[in-house]
Amino acid sequence: MELEYVGAFQIVLGFIRQFWPVWLALAVVLALTYAFKPRLGLYGQLFDSGVGIAGVVICLFWMFTAIFASFIAPFDPLGQILVMKDALPGAIEPVSGKIYLFGGDRLARDVFSRMVFGSQIVLVIAPAATLFALMVGTTLGLPAGYYGGRIDSVLSFLANLVLAFPVILLFYLLVTPGIMDTPIPYGMAGVFFFFPIIFFCTLFYTRYKHRPRLLAVQIGLTLLIGGWIYAGLVFNADPLGIISIRPNELNIFVAVVFASSPGVFRIVRGLVMDIKTRDYVAAAQTRGEHAWYIMLWEVLPNARGPLIVDVCLRIGYTTILLGTLGYFGLGLAPESPDWGTAIKESSRLLRANVHPALPPVFALMSFVLGLNLLADALREQSLKD
Amino acid sequence: MLTFITRRLGTMLLTMFCLTFVVFYMVNLEPNLKKLAISQMDMRSSQQDIEAWLARNGYRDAFFLRYGRWLGVVQKQPNVNAETGQVTPRFSYCNEPAEPYYGGILQGDFGCSTKFKTPVGAKLFPALGATGILMFWVMVVMVPVSLLIGVLAGMREGSRTDRSLSVASIATTATPEYVSGVIFTVVFASWLGVLNGSAASATSQGVTFYNFTLPVMTMAIYGIGYIARMTRASMVEVMTQQYIRTARLKGLAFNAVVIKHALRNALIAPFTVIMLQFPWLLTGVVIVEVMFRYQGFGFTLVEAASNNDIDLLLGCSLVSVFVVLATQLISDVGYAYLNPRIRVS
Repeated sequence: MELEYVGAFQIVLGFIRQFWPVWLALAVVLALTYAFKPRLGLYGQLFDSGVGIAGVVICLFWMFTAIFASFIAPFDPLGQILVMKDALPGAIEPVSGKIYLFGGDRLARDVFSRMVFGSQIVLVIAPAATLFALMVGTTLGLPAGYYGGRIDSVLSFLANLVLAFPVILLFYLLVTPGIMDTPIPYGMAGVFFFFPIIFFCTLFYTRYKHRPRLLAVQIGLTLLIGGWIYAGLVFNADPLGIISIRPNELNIFVAVVFASSPGVFRIVRGLVMDIKTRDYVAAAQTRGEHAWYIMLWEVLPNARGPLIVDVCLRIGYTTILLGTLGYFGLGLAPESPDWGTAIKESSRLLRANVHPALPPVFALMSFVLGLNLLADALREQSLKD
Repeated sequence: MLTFITRRLGTMLLTMFCLTFVVFYMVNLEPNLKKLAISQMDMRSSQQDIEAWLARNGYRDAFFLRYGRWLGVVQKQPNVNAETGQVTPRFSYCNEPAEPYYGGILQGDFGCSTKFKTPVGAKLFPALGATGILMFWVMVVMVPVSLLIGVLAGMREGSRTDRSLSVASIATTATPEYVSGVIFTVVFASWLGVLNGSAASATSQGVTFYNFTLPVMTMAIYGIGYIARMTRASMVEVMTQQYIRTARLKGLAFNAVVIKHALRNALIAPFTVIMLQFPWLLTGVVIVEVMFRYQGFGFTLVEAASNNDIDLLLGCSLVSVFVVLATQLISDVGYAYLNPRIRVS
């Protein structure tokens, strides 16, 4: 059967039309930003430079795409419509009359819908894994930098050990289907996911230990929420059944956290070593404050500038790592719409068909570019102060 | 200086020992051993056959015993037929002797690759040579280009050249190898048809411009942005120094100031960055070699990992860890050498 096609102009129009919830949300956010700009602090200052605006807009674009994915994508990302096998961009699907904007892939799925749904996977795992790595790296980097000595030597040796591992070998060892039969991913998840709970409990305890009622509420909430998420993620036993993670996703998550926390550790350690020589730290020490109070409430807030920049860059780097995992077919299911897997699938068939490869490639590139631009603008801002 | 290097070498050996131990533990996990046995026999082998194969080839011996054998502190045992008492070598294709012997890393024996049916050394070192050629060309392209971009951008901070070059280098750091590889292949191989989208012929027929440009370009582009940004930062810092102003005020031309006074000091920091770039290149090598089918170290690593080829995988990890640690050492020593203000102790 002959497929009918629409022209290039129609494709661009269709592309813009499909993203209408994103444009709407972007317009609302940008209008609000400009209305309240002077009161928004660092976020408002980002809009002073072209680089900052570009970074924010690109990141928001992908965030809203992930949120509204089911409204944007015209087709099911896994659905196969046989006539559309290897269809060129702009082909009209005969039954529903909707358009395969970027064509169909080898298995007759809509490339556009897959790209849109792929953003969901990437935008959930990459920031979440980065935040966990940040927690782990911070909780270990603070004492290493503050105390120095033996703690520092041991922790730094371990961090260098992980950093000396080529990332790809680490992934091949940690993210194989076989390893899910062993308790290793769950053990590692148990350790990593414990860090945020420790972090927040120490954070509240050191500050509010003289106000027992407030402290009790805070610790209780931390333990409740933390324990709930912990049960859901590590033991897959969330009593409410809301939080669950598939074993292969847990495996990826753990591997990515493992690979990126030593980097955070090194940065935090360096920052703490620098900041602990300042006068306000000496003042707190003279006041007789506890070491952890100084680390969490004096040193850490003053290290936030470089840390925020690093988190931005690191989310981008984690996205690249996820793509690498997908590219080698590790962890994620082969039919998963995430960008790395899509690039792997299509790059093998570049000789036959070019169009399925390009959307995920440009999606990944633009998202990482947005994050890098954002990090650059943030760095410029923090240098101005 | 000498104590510093000795201590670093000691840490290096300890790190290598720890890492090979971790890798050894991971490749000897039960599912991985099964994978190895199945890849050595055939898909339909029964549970007993797999178990018998593993036991016969010594994979069921105690864990530390086997690690000791790999290290070369415990003797490797040949296979002994339980009924006839006949002694045969474990892997005949590796010329292993039919008697107990010390054959581990300490003796310089990397073991036997079960996937390629050859001693690991015979597979690994040619592959490393092939990757060396790739790395050489990547460095030849990457270092001058990135230094040039960085110096041009950092020369006049805030100028239009600076801003456009900075955005361009941010863009290249957002382009991992598997992304730029696809884009370059589409543009240069599929649409223009001027370059070959596969480097497979580079192994057999030698390196040519036609088959090697795409892999080199793909690998270089990711590193260029990073090194260029570091060079720019260091250049910007140097350009604000007093001695640059003095040189300008005594009437030297701007270009002469940049070349004679600024450049040498500005290039110290990028040297460290370039050395520390090697571990990243290692990951890039794996992606690029798989993507362009070039039979080098990365290709070997992927083959070893997907077939759980224990000895080859251990050899690969040993080599890559060595590369990472050696470049760290060189960068520290070289930095101290280039910058007289830094003293290692």
